[in-house]
Amino acid sequence: MTDTPATLEKLTARFGERSWTFSESANSANRRIVVPSGQVFQFLEFLKTACGFDMLAELTCVDYLHFRGAADRFGLVYGLANTGTNERLIVRCFLNEPDLAVPSATPLWESANWFEREVFDMFGVVFQGHPDLRRILLPDEFEGHPLRKDYPLRGRGERHNFQRITREDS
Amino acid sequence: MELAVPENVALSKLDELASWCRKNSLWPMPFATACCGIELMATGASKHDIARFGAEVFRFSPRQCDLMIVAGRVVMKMLPVLQRIWLQMPEPKWCISMGACASTGGIFDTYSVVQGIDRFIPVDMYVPGCPPRPEQLIQAVIDLQDKIQREGTLMGAEFHERQRQAEKRALVESAAPRPRPLPILAQAAAHLTAN
Repeated sequence: MTDTPATLEKLTARFGERSWTFSESANSANRRIVVPSGQVFQFLEFLKTACGFDMLAELTCVDYLHFRGAADRFGLVYGLANTGTNERLIVRCFLNEPDLAVPSATPLWESANWFEREVFDMFGVVFQGHPDLRRILLPDEFEGHPLRKDYPLRGRGERHNFQRITREDS
Repeated sequence: MELAVPENVALSKLDELASWCRKNSLWPMPFATACCGIELMATGASKHDIARFGAEVFRFSPRQCDLMIVAGRVVMKMLPVLQRIWLQMPEPKWCISMGACASTGGIFDTYSVVQGIDRFIPVDMYVPGCPPRPEQLIQAVIDLQDKIQREGTLMGAEFHERQRQAEKRALVESAAPRPRPLPILAQAAAHLTAN
């Protein structure tokens, strides 16, 4: 179905065997590589230009605060797809405070633009070189990053702080 | 004294006549944000047929509506929009809070979801359910019609409850011999005499 072994060989030839790891789920439906956060852009660029991953299907983030056995705080998830061969590959890298910055993937895939804005909005990860890194879902004046695990579930009064309109006012 | 009333004349109060006209011609503003909106559409469609109760003219401009139906959850980014639309609707106007989310926030007890729109805008009728069936929404419309008939006044004095209470209290406290008319009525009277 897919030619993941060929991709892995190319990655080994380019980056060696030490810096990244490969794993797959039991039914081989999900294949992923974990790369060092300092090299994530080089990996993505190589996967796009040399391995044919022409589509960034998803980009999201996971907060592993208080997660059992987790060594790192944030895990970025890049879901790549090769539309020619139907090959899919998950690229992961881990970030820790205070250095929550990775190079933006917008030079490689246009679809990274809004994905990165969402991750920035919800987790506060900064994508260096992003053309327009603003909040995308929450209002501009919002403070904090609500999908972080240390953000209070019921918020900090965002849903309460409105003017009350009564019959007399309207 | 007996009054001779011809056959084709009916006696009523002006307030009741106005309320009767209003309640049978409600123009809903569909503020549908979630699955309740689907039930709202079903209510407007031919099977359940809200036209039987004179409320079939859904308009998407608040300027043309007098009944806001909030169907679905309202998040904190949406609430200023909701308030603005409410303020843009001309009086007299009413509001139905449809479903668990609009009424209480429902299962969405998170930072972003407003826990009941009645915290921030006036609500006349609440419809329970998740989502409510069209019959329930129609029941709310019928109950609202009942409320309009019972409480409605020509000049909308029922919407100025706090002001009315203050007037009453002022009368008692100052023991003034002569009741002052409501400002809105005085205004209307002045307008009428001026023309």
